[in-house]
Amino acid sequence: MTAVRASIRRDVRIRGSADDIWAYVGNAARLAEWWPGITSCTVDGDTRTITMGSGLAVPEKILLVDDIDRRFQYRITGPLFREHTSTIDVHDLGDGTCLVVYSIDAEPSTMALVIGGAGGNALAHLRDLIEGGS
Amino acid sequence: MGRKILLITTDQQRYDTLGCNGGELARTPVVDSLAAQGIRYERAHPQSVVCMPSRSTILTGQHPSTHGVYMNGVPLPLDAPSVAELLRRSGYRTALIGKPHFQPFLDPFLRFAENSLGDETTPSGGAHRGFEHLEFATHGPVGPLHYARWLAANHPEVIGMFYRVLDDQLQVNADGGGATGAPQVHDNPVPREWYHTDWVAERTISWLDSLAVDDDWFCWMSFPDPHHPWDPPQSELGRIDWRDVPLPAGYPEKAADRERILDAKPRHWRMWYDGALVSNYEAPANWVPATMTADQVREVNARNAIECELIDEAVGRVLRRIRDRGWDDDVDIVFTTDHGELQGDFGLLFKGPYHVDALMRLPLIWRPAPSASMPASTVTAPVGLVDLAPTFCGIAGLPAADWMQGQPLPIDDVDAQQRGFERVLTEWDSELFGVGVHLRTINRAGWTLTRYLPGTVHDGTEGELYDLVADPLQQDNRWDDAGCAGIRDDLLADLSDSAPPVRRPKLQLEAPV
Repeated sequence: MTAVRASIRRDVRIRGSADDIWAYVGNAARLAEWWPGITSCTVDGDTRTITMGSGLAVPEKILLVDDIDRRFQYRITGPLFREHTSTIDVHDLGDGTCLVVYSIDAEPSTMALVIGGAGGNALAHLRDLIEGGS
Repeated sequence: MGRKILLITTDQQRYDTLGCNGGELARTPVVDSLAAQGIRYERAHPQSVVCMPSRSTILTGQHPSTHGVYMNGVPLPLDAPSVAELLRRSGYRTALIGKPHFQPFLDPFLRFAENSLGDETTPSGGAHRGFEHLEFATHGPVGPLHYARWLAANHPEVIGMFYRVLDDQLQVNADGGGATGAPQVHDNPVPREWYHTDWVAERTISWLDSLAVDDDWFCWMSFPDPHHPWDPPQSELGRIDWRDVPLPAGYPEKAADRERILDAKPRHWRMWYDGALVSNYEAPANWVPATMTADQVREVNARNAIECELIDEAVGRVLRRIRDRGWDDDVDIVFTTDHGELQGDFGLLFKGPYHVDALMRLPLIWRPAPSASMPASTVTAPVGLVDLAPTFCGIAGLPAADWMQGQPLPIDDVDAQQRGFERVLTEWDSELFGVGVHLRTINRAGWTLTRYLPGTVHDGTEGELYDLVADPLQQDNRWDDAGCAGIRDDLLADLSDSAPPVRRPKLQLEAPV
């Protein structure tokens, strides 16, 4: 049968410094700046609420913001998911570029792909932001 | 003033659902009449048997390998080539009314242009993929598209009457209904005039009414039916009593016969039938084909036929308006679909990586403008949806673009022979939740051969080979038949030599559908 749970990974290589990239990724309140389709984002303690383009508001719990390893991890706590964890890692490759990885583990699998697909698109947008210098 | 073009597509309609193609269930006099006046193609194949890749082929005139939309959920880039844009630049007014599906539907972020139009029918910048007028619909009554917004604004009481296309897991719903409990069958009390088939026709008529008499125009009228769910307006169910529906020739009534046929095919066929593997999103994840009863096959076919009749009547209304406007002599009409439906064949429903006639042999009819004085004919040579874009260019007096991979449709078999219509290709690539399936198919000279590339289910040695003359139902796989080794190897070489260029880098899967 089709998997009910899915684990999906998207990545992008960005020409830029890890600190510049982490300034976006590691700041929970800046998500709407680099994730197309998120129209607003508010943070209150470890709770973040995003609003999607459809008007759907989704609550999230911030699980980890590691400024040393440059890892951001969060969980969607809304009713669409039975289980969800997303992780964003910024790896400094030491050659003036970074590998940014978005990983999602979720049930149902279809939502993992919906969010993971959008995450891949967001990484491409983040690359444009960093490499475009804006 | 040149020739105008009406492209009529349906979604997931089999070749044998039209009277002109030998169908005996649905009454389709309007399309049958177009076939009698024009050119009827007996071996038209899609280049993919699912929506997004196939529709992208219609628009771009390219094979999926080249335009890059290799499976549902991979969006066609906004800068992809478009025959509609070519026509628009040459002065045609252009519209796409009904189901688009070049981008995913499952989009809560509304990040795809098709889903973010709101109530607008004129895209920003003047055109979207070459279409200056857009009014979109799909199979259900909810979501961001124009039809759902129209229902919500004007008839919200009917929204709950439709079948729920997806379940709580956002998988294709397996819930059954009707008299037999067949999956995706549902009694829908919606008034006929508010159902999407009539809405698409009425919106098309409205757009045509907005044009000047001497405008040249290209209109893609895209019906969401007869794709499941099979929930036509309840008022129409009396047209065909499912109890009177004969079982399809492709449905072996005895389970042992079905299993013997499936066991001679590559292993994913039987695995799906038994519920051991659902390799693709387009079939309900929680439905086991082996549980389907003969009566369920009858009821699905009855509902499907009713939806085909409603489309035929809707087409008739649009054609009457075209006549009323005085355009008929100068309008080319093309009727086709994006892919077929298993509809009971082999004991299966829906679609997937199964390259047989149920999914690949399509209705295709071209009624040339009477002013062009082209004689009626039947073409038996293989053609593809990849040939539509250059055909539209030819109608408009334009050369086919160099990025198009087909050629204008032949007008008869002599023309087909002279211009080398010998083969048609279809491909499948899916990589979903760790399951990868890859098929390459060629149809030539009465044979269909499918090669399986290595994936997670197949090791690359498997294949299918059917003699369509001796075995029109494709129940006898000759892949390993030593007596067919010559034709098999010849077709394999042709398949390899004819492979279209592959887009690099590969596009990403961004949603299930």
